[in-house]
Amino acid sequence: MGALTIRRGRDAALVEEVHEDVLQYLTFQLSGETYAIGILSIKEILEYTTLTQVPLMPAFIRGVMNLRGAVVPVIDLAVRFGRNETGVSRRTCVVIIEVANEEMQQYIGILVDAVHEVLAIRAADIEPPPQFGSRIRVDFISGMARVDNRFVVLLDVEKVLSVEEMATLSAMNGGEVADLREAEV
Amino acid sequence: MNLDAAKQTFLEEARELLEDMERILLDVEATDTTDEQLNALFRAMHTIKGSAGLFGMDEIVHFTHEAENVVDLLRGGHLALSEDLSGLLLRCHDHVKAMLAVVDDKAMQQEMLQTSLLDELRQYAQPAATDEPASSSQASVPEQGGLRDWVMSLRFNEDVLRNGMDPSAFFRYLRLLGEFLVVQPVLCRLPQAERFDPESCYLRFELLFSSDASQQMLLDVFEFVREDSQIHIFPVGEAAAHWPQLIAHADEAEQAAVRQAWRALGLDPDASTSAAAEPEPAAPAAKSADKASDKADKPATSAAEAKPPRASESRFIKVEAAKLDSLINLIGELVIAGAAANLMARRSAQSALVESTIAIANLIEQIRAGTLSMRMVQIGEIFSRFPRVVRDVSKELGKSIQLNVSGADTELDKSMVDKLGDPLMHIVRNAMDHGIESSEARLAAGKPAEGNVWLNAYHESGSVVIEVADDGAGLRKDKILAKAVANGLVPADSVMPDGDIYKLIFEPGFSTAEQVTNISGRGVGMDVVRRSIEQLRGTIDIDSAVGEGTTFRIRLPLTLAIIDGFLVSVGNATFVIPLETVIECIELPSDALQGDAHNCLNLRGEVLPLLGLNRFLELGQPHAKRQNVVVVRYGDSKAGLVVDELLGEFQTVIKPLGNLFRHLRAISGSTILGSGEVALILDVPSLIHFATSQEAERFASHAEHAQQRGGHGNH
Repeated sequence: MGALTIRRGRDAALVEEVHEDVLQYLTFQLSGETYAIGILSIKEILEYTTLTQVPLMPAFIRGVMNLRGAVVPVIDLAVRFGRNETGVSRRTCVVIIEVANEEMQQYIGILVDAVHEVLAIRAADIEPPPQFGSRIRVDFISGMARVDNRFVVLLDVEKVLSVEEMATLSAMNGGEVADLREAEV
Repeated sequence: MNLDAAKQTFLEEARELLEDMERILLDVEATDTTDEQLNALFRAMHTIKGSAGLFGMDEIVHFTHEAENVVDLLRGGHLALSEDLSGLLLRCHDHVKAMLAVVDDKAMQQEMLQTSLLDELRQYAQPAATDEPASSSQASVPEQGGLRDWVMSLRFNEDVLRNGMDPSAFFRYLRLLGEFLVVQPVLCRLPQAERFDPESCYLRFELLFSSDASQQMLLDVFEFVREDSQIHIFPVGEAAAHWPQLIAHADEAEQAAVRQAWRALGLDPDASTSAAAEPEPAAPAAKSADKASDKADKPATSAAEAKPPRASESRFIKVEAAKLDSLINLIGELVIAGAAANLMARRSAQSALVESTIAIANLIEQIRAGTLSMRMVQIGEIFSRFPRVVRDVSKELGKSIQLNVSGADTELDKSMVDKLGDPLMHIVRNAMDHGIESSEARLAAGKPAEGNVWLNAYHESGSVVIEVADDGAGLRKDKILAKAVANGLVPADSVMPDGDIYKLIFEPGFSTAEQVTNISGRGVGMDVVRRSIEQLRGTIDIDSAVGEGTTFRIRLPLTLAIIDGFLVSVGNATFVIPLETVIECIELPSDALQGDAHNCLNLRGEVLPLLGLNRFLELGQPHAKRQNVVVVRYGDSKAGLVVDELLGEFQTVIKPLGNLFRHLRAISGSTILGSGEVALILDVPSLIHFATSQEAERFASHAEHAQQRGGHGNH
């Protein structure tokens, strides 16, 4: 848990005791809705800084940033979910997430409107994703958690930030002619 | 002393010697042997034998001893290096290598000693052995091959221990050749206790030794110390005649001591004074001169005179690669941090501070260059394994193929050398298998029966170019295209430039060879070759002419870690252009770029195609008032990149962009500026290539919809 550093906002009271079937999730705001990601995959949360735009990439790749000497891509989740670009405000954050990619750990940042809190959610309170009716792709959802009589969408990080899929998408977008063939392979 | 470390050193040394041996054997197959090569062969076996003996690896000693005997006969001219023999020696080389690989497994080694190679070696050694003593009898000794008594006078150089030789090892080794009768140490050179240096050798030995070995063989035992020590070996009968020679370097006390030692050996140094009388007068003069150079307590002269032969050998320190890598990483960070400090200093506008950061930057630059050069190795390291491969594969294929290597001293980054071996191997095997035709086909085509494969490397505008060429049948465009169409790689009626057609062979699962052979032809591999070259940020091109041959040209950056970049800004973005591709910078004439991404500029009468980065990279920011053109080149093509501002040279550490951006062609990597911001590194070749193909595409579609002008339309 030491990996989780919250640089801004309220100090979320991290943990009570960890029960076996209780997992912790970070909730955040994204184009007016609340989503949650399991904190085990979260490396840190940073204030938004200017990103370096990478040309010829699809809009959901906002750019790259300097994370203590490493260059980390930053994804605009709203665009990835088919919404409008995330505007930058005082509370905009970049959540650095660790994803496995071909047996290598890679860091990817996601741009969110605001970070809320860390919630402990019991497995019993998590419903499977609905067949339809949610406003994002079903395979992005790992479950729906009941929190205070509301449903919070739990994101499947591996799917949402699938490097494979995003690279293919960007090849279609940026590479146009040159790379179409490769993208199909 | 750590024995394990010493053993490791031995293993590495042995490995190098074996590599030498292999190279020589393959060399001499092609050309005539020189004495130097034979001596080197001998030295390889001999040194491995000697060192293995020190570690008690008796099996290796035994095996190499037999091989050494044969090589010794070669060296003496008693045997000629036939193809059979060099083949046998190559197999011996393999065997020794295998034995070294299981050096800790005694049982395994024992087993490996039961090899037919030994019998083969002995067959070579036997017949020659009978006439060997005859030729060595120039030592004026009548007895043939029997036991003889020898007088040895061994006066070791003071530095012998420091040079890594242990006199006791020679004695141990001599025991294999014969029997010590009497040993008389001469101790008069031992200094007073307070001046005694434990690392110096003060010993001299006079001894009687009985052996059936020839004088030359005995002298060879001391091959490594003969240069700077006085080693004399004579038959007992001739000893007295050589007396003046023995004491030439000795002062009077030593002479007396040696004389005494000889008496103890039962020899009379003065027996043939008549013979010795003549050189005697010269001796005192030589003596005083020698004394000056010989005494270590006069370091000024002795150092000057003793060093030259040693210093000419290049000295190396072996360093663990990981240590070097982490050092280079640190230097990379230092470069970035240095740039940041420089930026801060300039902002503070304190000239003293600016100057000192510039001084630091200069030093960093030197450290950087020095460190990187440590990582540079000659490409010969990879090339050297190919003679063997070509030899083996050409035998296997039944083709006669000659390998021509040039540019082996071209340097490139060690980490690349390691990753280049396999792709190159693949290309070479392919060239031999598919490229070069059978001898009959070659003769029928009016070519010499012997095929050629060329390996060449050279530097060109900041990259390393490696060429693998053959004079074989060449690539058949029609065949490749037909196959590609059959595999669904390209549409049936596609028209492509030659280079692109050739590149189809890099597609996965592509092979035009009708037969799958042992060597190649399964179609796995060429795509792997391309991928591994691309991972090194390199490109691969093919030139081919039917009936004349094929050339694979691999172009690689010099190093993977750090590049010299030229910093430019376009809109709000900052880009790094690799400095080696930049030729010049000029201001953009105001009328040159009129709202279009593509245009041309008259550069001193030359047509320079312009590429507006702003438009091309879809940055969407408004132009600055004045724009500049950076003239870049890659290979034969030149282009002008239109940018807003020129920010000057910048050393950059390349940070990979990761898998997410692997399809991104125009950007080769990223770096962190002094301000902490990320800047992208432009990949000039693929940028130009990309622009070219995009334009070709647009004109194609332009032709189709002649009426409609697309968003990027051109005329």
